[in-house]
Amino acid sequence: MRSSYINPVSAPMETAAHLSIQNVSKIYPGRRSLLDKTLRRTSPDFTAIADIDLEIEPNTFVSIIGPSGCGKSTLLNIIAGLSYPTTGAIVLNGKPITGPGPDRGVVFQNYALMPWMTVAENIRFAVETVYPAMPLAQQKNIVHEYINLVGLRRAERKHPHELSGGMKQRVGIARALAINPQMLLMDEPFGALDALTRGFLQDEIERIWEQERKTVILITHSIEEALLLSDKIVMMTRGPAARIAQVLDVPFPRPRKREQLDQYPEYHELKAAMEHHLSFETRVVEESRIKATA
Amino acid sequence: MTNDLLQPAIAPQAKPFRLNTSQKALILFFVILAVFLALWELGAALKIFLPIMPSASQTLKDFWFWISDPFFDYGPNDKGIGLLLLTSLRRVMIGFLIGSAIAVPLGILIGLSPVVSQAVDPFIQILRPVSPLAWLPLGLALMRDSEKTALFVIAITSTWPTLMNTKFGVSNVDSSYLNVAKTLGASRWRTIRKVILPAAAPSIVAGLRISMGIAWLVIVAAEILLSGGIGYFIWNEWNNLKITSIITAILIVGLVGVLLDRLFALLQSWVSFGQRS
Repeated sequence: MRSSYINPVSAPMETAAHLSIQNVSKIYPGRRSLLDKTLRRTSPDFTAIADIDLEIEPNTFVSIIGPSGCGKSTLLNIIAGLSYPTTGAIVLNGKPITGPGPDRGVVFQNYALMPWMTVAENIRFAVETVYPAMPLAQQKNIVHEYINLVGLRRAERKHPHELSGGMKQRVGIARALAINPQMLLMDEPFGALDALTRGFLQDEIERIWEQERKTVILITHSIEEALLLSDKIVMMTRGPAARIAQVLDVPFPRPRKREQLDQYPEYHELKAAMEHHLSFETRVVEESRIKATA
Repeated sequence: MTNDLLQPAIAPQAKPFRLNTSQKALILFFVILAVFLALWELGAALKIFLPIMPSASQTLKDFWFWISDPFFDYGPNDKGIGLLLLTSLRRVMIGFLIGSAIAVPLGILIGLSPVVSQAVDPFIQILRPVSPLAWLPLGLALMRDSEKTALFVIAITSTWPTLMNTKFGVSNVDSSYLNVAKTLGASRWRTIRKVILPAAAPSIVAGLRISMGIAWLVIVAAEILLSGGIGYFIWNEWNNLKITSIITAILIVGLVGVLLDRLFALLQSWVSFGQRS
């Protein structure tokens, strides 16, 4: 696992992962102990996701999109190893995932930067943790390389509270990439950003991905984001017991430019199909929520 | 701001003279102080108070006597206030260090382990609300020495807030920091050293700050019962019926308390990095 480090910027496509999600379900057990029964507060089991089967080929960018509460983040957490499937298994390059590990870089929605570390220190922490035997000079080189990659050279000595949301997430992306993972997992990375910053960072992700074609899984709410970045879009049904409704192929050539996408006839078809699916699922979710509160 | 062209549009309007909040507060502070001193002086001159009560001017004069020559030493019961303060401060520092050296590691341990936490909790819950002075006779019995007893009492006093805050800080680290460490495959030891402790540092320092405040409160009471230091001075001057010295000591104890608190406030902002303002 801690093999020699291959610099991914100068040697792209060196590592890539094939991920196989096999029949994965996640059931959160309800309250049903004797104490709960006597207190009349039992609750049924909650099935977040059910029977998810998905093959993700090396070097593909896959987006998962679905109505809110459909278990997208649950699935990503299981892939990251932070949570465990109730049934089924996830296999990365032939080996089942049993826990978190640096072969998967994670970009968190809330950035999750250590506030007591500077930008450079946050990235160094990751590199040093994953490659403890690496010479210090090389660690520093990698840190600088990734700070440059996300365009934060002038902010490397700043602490997170001095950065804007967009800058924070760039640090998050640099930190995830700097450990040279086999795949990148992103959980609504731009969800907390304003629309303009979000668009800008999406373009940045597209640019960075052209340089480093990792296997990527992106959880998103945004149809445009999915269409701009993905090779494949996985649409999920509403929860509970969310399933995969459909997997769409996004055939646009790369590198992609946001303003050119709508020249492709498929763009409108894909967008219409996604909007149809998501608005239908969201309407049912909202209606059931209204019923539950009434 | 740097653009000179923009300046004239605003500058010519003569700004009306206005005080900001802190300037107003400063003026009010001096007004209250003056009124208080005037009433005190007047009351003493008209003999409204008991005869033992000194006038404000006499108190100020004696206050100046004590602070103008703080380090004289004419024997065990006749020392300058600076020497007395140093004795008390030394005791507080040593006792506080001993207490913190116990509280911080123990707090980390119980913060990390729910089992240890639950096992130790009854001891802490029962001992924590006990007045530190209740430990004093026990200290005398065990140590047979007033100096060591003072340190013992201060150490116990300064243990509890630090212990509780350290435990709280360590067990309430933002789970996203821990998830980062997990996804990087960081070892437990590295996670504690590089993530949990820095994340808990603001809580730990807040605990130390409270502990120091209470230790400074308790040292005066402990020294009244033991000997030496500013607390004993206050009791001694009461026996001499020197009220001005007592008032002087009260003010100086208060000032030193503020100073110690400010010191820890600085430390607190240094470890916070914008997490808390």
